[in-house]
Amino acid sequence: MFSVTFAIIIPFIIAALVPFIYRRFKLLHIGWFVMLVPITLFLMLARLIPSVASGKTYIHTYNWIPSLNINFTTYLDGLSMILGLLITGVGSLVILYSIYYLSTKESLQHFYCYLLLFMGAMLGVVFSDNLMVLYVFWELTSVSSFLLIAFWNHRKASRLGAQKAMLITVSGGIAMLVGFIMLHTMSDTFSIREIIANVGDLTEHALFIPTMILVLLGAFTKSAQFPFHIWLPDAMEAPTPVSAYLHSATMVKAGIYLVARFTPVFGGDQLWFWVVSGVGMITLFWGSFNAVRQTDLKALLAYSTISQLGLIMSLLGLGSIALQYGYSEESIIYTQATFAALFHLINHSTFKGALFMVVGILDHELGTRDIRRLGGLMTFMPFTFTVGVIGSLSMAGLPLFNGFLSKEMFFAATVQIMNADVFSLQSLGIIFPIIAWIASVFTFVYCMIIIFKTFLGPVQPEKLDKPLHEAPVGMLISPIILSVFVVGIFFFPNLLGGYILKPSMESIYPTFGDPANLTPSIHAWHGIKPELLMTIGVVLVGALLYRLLKKWKPVYGLLSSRYTLNAYYNNFLSFAESKSTNVTNKYMTGLLRDYLVYIYLFFILTVGGFFFYSGAFSISFSMDVRIRAYEVILVGVMAVAAVAMLFSKSRMTATLLNGVLGYSIAIFFVIFRAPDLALTQLVVESITTALFLLAFSHLPDWKKERVPSKTKITNAVISVGTGAVVVLVALAVLNYDRFETISAFFENAYELAGGANIVNAILGDFRGFDTMLEVVVLFIAGLGVYTMIKLRAKKGDENIENK
Amino acid sequence: METLIILLIGILVAVATYLILSRNIIRVILGTAVLSHAVHLLILTLGGLKTGNVPLLTEADAPYTDALPQALILTAIVISFAVTAFILVLAYRAYQDNGTDDLDALRGTNDE
Amino acid sequence: MKINDVILRTVTRIVVFIILTFGVYLFLSGHNTPGGGFIGGLVLASAIVLLYLSNDIEKVQKSLPLDFKLVAASGVLLATGTGLGSLLFGVPFMSQTFAYFDLPVFGKTELTTVTIFEAGVALAVVGVVVTIILSISEDE
Repeated sequence: MFSVTFAIIIPFIIAALVPFIYRRFKLLHIGWFVMLVPITLFLMLARLIPSVASGKTYIHTYNWIPSLNINFTTYLDGLSMILGLLITGVGSLVILYSIYYLSTKESLQHFYCYLLLFMGAMLGVVFSDNLMVLYVFWELTSVSSFLLIAFWNHRKASRLGAQKAMLITVSGGIAMLVGFIMLHTMSDTFSIREIIANVGDLTEHALFIPTMILVLLGAFTKSAQFPFHIWLPDAMEAPTPVSAYLHSATMVKAGIYLVARFTPVFGGDQLWFWVVSGVGMITLFWGSFNAVRQTDLKALLAYSTISQLGLIMSLLGLGSIALQYGYSEESIIYTQATFAALFHLINHSTFKGALFMVVGILDHELGTRDIRRLGGLMTFMPFTFTVGVIGSLSMAGLPLFNGFLSKEMFFAATVQIMNADVFSLQSLGIIFPIIAWIASVFTFVYCMIIIFKTFLGPVQPEKLDKPLHEAPVGMLISPIILSVFVVGIFFFPNLLGGYILKPSMESIYPTFGDPANLTPSIHAWHGIKPELLMTIGVVLVGALLYRLLKKWKPVYGLLSSRYTLNAYYNNFLSFAESKSTNVTNKYMTGLLRDYLVYIYLFFILTVGGFFFYSGAFSISFSMDVRIRAYEVILVGVMAVAAVAMLFSKSRMTATLLNGVLGYSIAIFFVIFRAPDLALTQLVVESITTALFLLAFSHLPDWKKERVPSKTKITNAVISVGTGAVVVLVALAVLNYDRFETISAFFENAYELAGGANIVNAILGDFRGFDTMLEVVVLFIAGLGVYTMIKLRAKKGDENIENK
Repeated sequence: METLIILLIGILVAVATYLILSRNIIRVILGTAVLSHAVHLLILTLGGLKTGNVPLLTEADAPYTDALPQALILTAIVISFAVTAFILVLAYRAYQDNGTDDLDALRGTNDE
Repeated sequence: MKINDVILRTVTRIVVFIILTFGVYLFLSGHNTPGGGFIGGLVLASAIVLLYLSNDIEKVQKSLPLDFKLVAASGVLLATGTGLGSLLFGVPFMSQTFAYFDLPVFGKTELTTVTIFEAGVALAVVGVVVTIILSISEDE
């Protein structure tokens, strides 16, 4: 029985093994081995398609931290199936492609380790039902994306691009985390399914809107929506397989997934509708508008990805209106936008993946991807050309390719939304088809740029570093497979619709009954309708604009570079850096005493101050047990020993006095009925004293401190103050009896843990987790000691780390 | 009894604080050792002293002394030992490399 | 450390033996009477340290050829491993269990997974303490 949980774990396990295998088999490209992982997972998932299509879902729960409601619950339904297939399917193709793209001279073990890490994390995002688990995987995708963008970390641009992507996506992720915690406050569960099931209670809650905004922040940063899109073009510094995989097919779709997943929760709300569809529309336009002016093909594709992500996002926004109406014959029409979104999600992954691989081939074989240096490649690279044309025309939304179908549905949805009679759409609804149309014109223009500027026109061999030649077969396999999908989906769209898209409609509209009603039959020809006229208009105006490109391109010069979002980002970073340096330098003096003074003053003022303010100080002797004479003597001995430490002239005396304190405490432990403690304290005190004496043989003798008496007085005041606060707080706590003690529970140790020594049962069983971590801390301390003494740089080669 | 022990804890904390605020690194380390003694006593005292028998179910009859603070302290003792060992070695390695045990002299330069 | 005192060495040989036995006893009896992984481990460690104090380091290492870093590491592994082991039985991380068995010699005996965990703790404590002391004393 295949468990989805394994699908998440396997990539992580293999990622851990990759470095070892790499060292073993130097001769074979390790990618071949790694490729088995996504292929296996893809087949495993594909086997489940029929049962998922019939409405079955798979849930599996591992109790992880049940007391905090955090369980490792995996959930496979229609929506996560789409993403799962994309991650593993495109993953297999990308790895195959990367085998030819990356030579064995690169540090492949890192590359594939990160790639598998990403794959596992991404599968974790789409299959997690628990919000906290989802969040962890979400940030893990950001981290692995960071590592992959900076794969060529000797290049400054790579490092800066990675940093930008990390900063933006992780801050969005943290916002999302806050949103998740708010969701938990509202619904008292971390399970997405349970939240969706009880969604009725949430909408009236005061935190509903803030939660929605925070969750959307996470989705928008991840899916590169305006104005957070600026990280995606810079992320193109990554090796092309990474761009094809993470930054067009999968990771950037995580935000889309999140919005789709939360549509049943927030959908139907006016703000959700306007924010999601509005931001999507702006992104769609801004991305396509900026793509036209790019000269680097990869940057062009980056902006085009941004624009297409905006398209999908806006469709999800438009589709959410159906939840406002509730289920009825009339409202079904609005769900078609969501259907188109999912359809385009898949289509985009196919044609954009193929296009990225084509650009990678150009870069790899010719040494450039600048359209000013390329041209006329059709005759030299016929296969690459064919794939490029198929991808571009599909992106432009022309018939014979899958992009046409989803683009038509997109236009239909924007036209349809004008008929809605809520959210003041009757007056404002008109803007949707207009923006969609304008953006599509620009999309058409940049698709033409890809085709004409690279593959047609005059050849410029003098501008290329390498001779013109077709790419090796291995590099062509993956893009050809993807372009077969591009064409295949056009001819058999309903296969996809019936098996893949139908069950995911049920995930997004759980209250709408039979998903078959929500699944339209997709046709290339459906008569002369507004959407067809819009497409024809796009082609005509687009062709015209492309012809006149030189005439109107100066428009871009009007946008001042000082006011771009990138400039704001850079200014903000440098501002934050310089200001925080200033502030930090003010109080970080480098003197340990200053820091400790801060800590102690803070302690005295806040703890003492709070107890004083709330009147919690109370002194009563009613709880005390009787004092015996020898106990008084022991207390006296300890007090004297402690004070004597302050005045001891030699370090040896001070250490021995500390030993006196330790052994006296051991005696107290005996008196206070704690035999385990007494034993431990005795042994530890002996070993500690021995340690001090050992260390003294390496340290200089104790000199008299030359400290100004003013400092001494300050120190004394702080010390006495700290002691006094501790005494007062301890007395107050001692007399505080509003809570029942929980210790009675542990007295069942014999029944629950089979041990008669309660202390030991707590350590080993009830609180075993603490003890385990304690052992780890002890071990780290031991390693630290060992490292400091044994593994030190020899004199002469001191500055290893700065080389 | 509890009040008396708490007063003792106060003295120990004050002594520890004074030691920790000094410039000599050994005094600081001794200060942390004294501070952990004080804290162990504090945890035990706040759990109630001599309120019952030894927390061994087969050796004694109920009521038992609160076992939870004892478990906490046992952990704390071992951790404080690890920390003491670590900073002791840190101190003498710092002395070997920098030739001083004066914390004011160990502060480094401004642009670090 | 060079303390080549004959009496000291003879006495420590006996003392170390006693302490080692005591340490093992403390470790095993920890579940029902005072003792346990920490105390047992600490006592064992002090016995070994005593052994090093009275003899040459090289000599001890010949008769006790252990890398104490590895001892510590395997202890940590054992302690965390028992925690992970509970996951295999479908119960939360770090769940412990116990049962009573009739063994031929010992009669009715309680066997618990805590003992494995405690053994990890004890090994880690022995390893860390001896590593620390040895590192410092070997340093020139």
